This record gives sequence, structure tokens and C-alpha cells, in this order.
Amino acid sequence: MAIIGNPKYQDRIQHHLGKYETKRSAVMPLLYLAQEEYGWINQQGMEEVARILDMDPTQVKSIAGFYTMYSEKPKGKYWLQVCTDLPCALRGADEFHAWLKDELGVEEGGTTDDGMFTVEHVMCLAACDKAPMLQCNFHYVENLGQEKMRELLAQWRQEAAQLASG
Amino acid sequence: MHILLRGREIDNIEQLEVYEEHGGFEGLKKSLAMSPSEVIDEMKASGLRGRGGAGFPTGVKWSFIPQHEPLKYVTVNADESETGTFKDREIMEKNPYQLIEGSLICSYAVQAKAIYIYLRGEFWDIGTQLDDCIEQLRQKGYVGENIMGSGYDCEVYTHLGAGAYICGEESALLNSLEGYLGQPRVRPPFPAQKGGGLYKEATVVNNVETLANCPFIMREGAEAFKAIGTEQSTGNKVYCVSGHVKKPGNYELPMGTTFRELLYDHAGGPLYDDRAFKAMLPSGGSGPIVPLSDEVLDTPMSYEHCANIGTIIGSASIIVMDESVDMTWVASKVTKFFKHESCGKCTPCREGTYWLDKVIDRILDGRGSPDDVQRIADVAENMAGTTLCALGDFAANPIIHTIKHFPDDFAQHVQAASAGGD
Repeated sequence: MAIIGNPKYQDRIQHHLGKYETKRSAVMPLLYLAQEEYGWINQQGMEEVARILDMDPTQVKSIAGFYTMYSEKPKGKYWLQVCTDLPCALRGADEFHAWLKDELGVEEGGTTDDGMFTVEHVMCLAACDKAPMLQCNFHYVENLGQEKMRELLAQWRQEAAQLASG
Repeated sequence: MHILLRGREIDNIEQLEVYEEHGGFEGLKKSLAMSPSEVIDEMKASGLRGRGGAGFPTGVKWSFIPQHEPLKYVTVNADESETGTFKDREIMEKNPYQLIEGSLICSYAVQAKAIYIYLRGEFWDIGTQLDDCIEQLRQKGYVGENIMGSGYDCEVYTHLGAGAYICGEESALLNSLEGYLGQPRVRPPFPAQKGGGLYKEATVVNNVETLANCPFIMREGAEAFKAIGTEQSTGNKVYCVSGHVKKPGNYELPMGTTFRELLYDHAGGPLYDDRAFKAMLPSGGSGPIVPLSDEVLDTPMSYEHCANIGTIIGSASIIVMDESVDMTWVASKVTKFFKHESCGKCTPCREGTYWLDKVIDRILDGRGSPDDVQRIADVAENMAGTTLCALGDFAANPIIHTIKHFPDDFAQHVQAASAGGD
């Protein structure tokens, strides 16, 4: 596993390097590629990004640590980020978030034993009129309730099982 | 009439051909036939003010860019992260070409070499959509070299953030785009000046909604835009309504519409019929909270009128709370947001938000003393005006104004505790 030399990423690396005046500007998009490859921002990913951009790995690490969307530890296959900020909380998001953790048997930020789901709460996701809502692997899922959420969890389990067997 | 949320009236306007059929790129075409300074004059005449929150006159901002500098940039602030704000998202999802056209009008007016659209990282899908739009525009000659045969060249790129509210602050946005920590810069130099912008070049930073207004202004003329709204607040505004109303959502209405019309006629009134409105945050988590009195409800939503009721219209992210809501809890929620989002650079904000959060939690838990209420007010007063960017003031606002307007909400938590002494 690597991003350097991996044909899957070469076009995108070149695209990002071509966008900016400096190599360093590409650190954020390249960190996303590292996360795509390894599932989180591990040491190898940071070192590869640093090598591509002529940066020090420590500088890359400081960037990765500053932003919440770069994961500093492995997550479940489905990373569920529930908005519990004020507008969502006024429409039941805190209760929904607590219920979801119970339903999956995880603590805040925890991952289910089967490695399927990580649940955490996040700040405003700009979907306040569609609360409760969450982001699943950076895609919005809105107007949620317990019934709809149970269906989605079943659907994602099925999807993962199909991928594993296929 | 919608100027911005045109996706609600025109099906498929997110497709280039449909956008073109409905006047798309006529504003850019007109601009390219004018001199850059004439475009800036038109923008000044329209009275358009920045929709990101600060309300600075857009044409004036553009006029700060030194014409003689060879290298200039435009950055679009699409970091939409203010609590309660979700207007730029709808504009970009449903009317993306209008944002890009507006950005190109701006870039031509200041003769920029490139446009960077800085999206919050969570707008991952919008980033993909905009990349597709840009590619289509390049193929049709609206982006790249010799735009529409005018001889003017400009590239457009998207850049995804990665979850940091602070990157909506313009100098932090520029740092983030350069691959540094998204922390505010010391100013001057300001972004519009050589040395202060992207890669140290003069740079315009404008909000999505601001730029999305520009095609209309150039196509229909400044007078048509000025005919909408109030004298000092021209045009339409997209108001984001959330919280305890029946119909939360975006509503595009003229500036100067009253809060009452927005909250009752459009947003359907209180969510629960047996509960009255108590308060609102008219500018997301960062602006001063106000009780929803009749006087406030009858206030026109404009830059000038909101000042009279002790708040701001800002980004117009109106979070509505009914009488069931404890304002100490609201102060806690908003404080947790700012504690999480403080970038850590300035001590008053980094330490202040940490202590505010701790003491409010203590008050909420019934372990606080009456002194604690004064304590958080003092901490907040000491944060205001002492930081490099406005986040320090934003974090102080919810404390100062909830205590000012709703002292009883705090008192109820500390009365029992006070019996035991401090």
C-alpha cells in the first residue's frame, strides 16, 4: 500500500500539484488521498505526502492534527458524524445521537466491535433545516429518525457484506 | 422573485444549457465589454454589501485591489460553517454556475489570474459538482484562456478544507489555502494589499452569496438591484431559519423584510402551537442574541435596522428558540462550539473559551455560585476585542448577551448552590 507510485492516485496528485503556485498548497488534498488509501492518517501516509511536497513530516503532521476531517486513528467502515450543534439540538439531535450510540453499543467516538460503525458528534454541518442529520463518510444523510436510521444501518451492513463476499 | 435561489423557480438550472437559456453569462459578457473599473463602479452603485456577515460594500472592497500589480487572486469563501447557516450550500448545489459567473465578474474587475473556491471539507459532494461545472465551462470557453473571446485569461479551482470553522475568517482561509495552519494573520497588510493576500499577492475574498448576486447586477444594472431592499441594505438576502419554527429552511426575501414576516408568514410560526417564541440568534452562534419581543419582530432585517435592536443581521442565520429553552443551555452549546473551533493562536480566545465552558457546565450542573455568573461575564468581557480575529468576540457574545437578556435563566441554576456558600 502506498500513494507514491500507485497508479490509482497519480492523476489526482498531478492535478492538485498543478492547481497551486506552491507545492505546499497541495498538502490538504494530498492528505485526503492518504486517508483514502490507509483509512486514516498514519505515519506512512504523512511521510509520503511530505516527500511529494518537499515538506518536513512534522509540518504535515501539524496540518493533519489541526483539521478534524483527517482521522488520527482508524475508523469504522462507516464513519457517522452526527451534528449536535444548537440548531440541530433544538430539534432533537442530542437525543438522536444518544440513541444511536445505544443502538450500536458504542461510546462517543467509539467503533463497533465488528469494525463497521464509528459514531461521534460534530459541530454545525450547514444542514440545520434537515435535523437530525449526520455525515456518513462525508456524505450527508438528513431528516433522520430512529426508524429511518435503523433501515440505513441495515442497508450499510448489507452493502458491506456484499463488498466482502464480492 | 428569486435572484439567488433560482433553482426553486427554474428546473435544472444547475445544468449549463438551462442556466444559459435563463440569462446565464450575460452579466459576464457585459462586464467583459466594459473596462474593469467600470465594472467596479457598477458594483459600487448597486450598494451590494458582503453577505458573509460583515456587510462591507463589495465594490469598495474590489476597488482596494491595486490595478498596477501584475498578479492578483480571487478567493471565494465557501467555508460556510457559522452555526445555523446553510444558504451557500443551496446556492452552490442548485445554482452553481451563477456563483462561478459572479466569481469571474469579480476576477475580471480586479484582473485576477485565478479564482480559488475554498469549500468547507464537508462540502465534498459540492466540490465534485463544481469541478464538473468548471470543466464544462472550460470546454465552452468561459474559463481558461481568452474568456468569451475577450483576451482575458482566468483559471478557476476548488479547494476543500477539512473541518475548521476558523477557515471562514479570511486570513485563516488564505493560510489554509497555502498549506499552513488555518490561523488568522496579523493585519495590516490586508488581503487586498500586496503582501497580505494569497501567496502575498493582492486578493479579494468574497462570500458565495455576495458573488452570486453579481451576474444579476451586471445583467440588469445597478439600479434594478438598488430598487430592492432598503437604502443602506440593497438587494435580496437569503435568510436561513432554523430551530423552533414549523418550516425551517432558506428564504430569499428583500433586505428590510421584517422578522415577523419571515418567521410567521414564511417559516410558519412557532413549531409547537402552545409555546411562544422566546429568543433568536439572528446571525448564527456568533451574533448577539435578542428576546423575540414585538419590537424585535417588527424590525426590518437590514444592516441599519438590526443595529437599533442591539444585534446584527450578519449572515442572516436565524436560530429561533421557544419558551421551553433554557438560555444557560444555549450559552453552553454555543460556547462548546467556539471552544472546539478556537484555533489556539490568541491566548484570550484559547483560554477564555476553555474556562467559559468549564464554568457554564458547573452552573448547568447546579454546582455553580452566583459569583460564577459574574465570573463568566468577566471572562467574556476580557476576551472581546483582544484577539487577532473576530472569533474571540464571537465567543464572548453569547455569554454577554444571554446574561444581559435572560439573567433569571442563570439565576435558577445557582440559587440552590448559593445556599451552601462559595
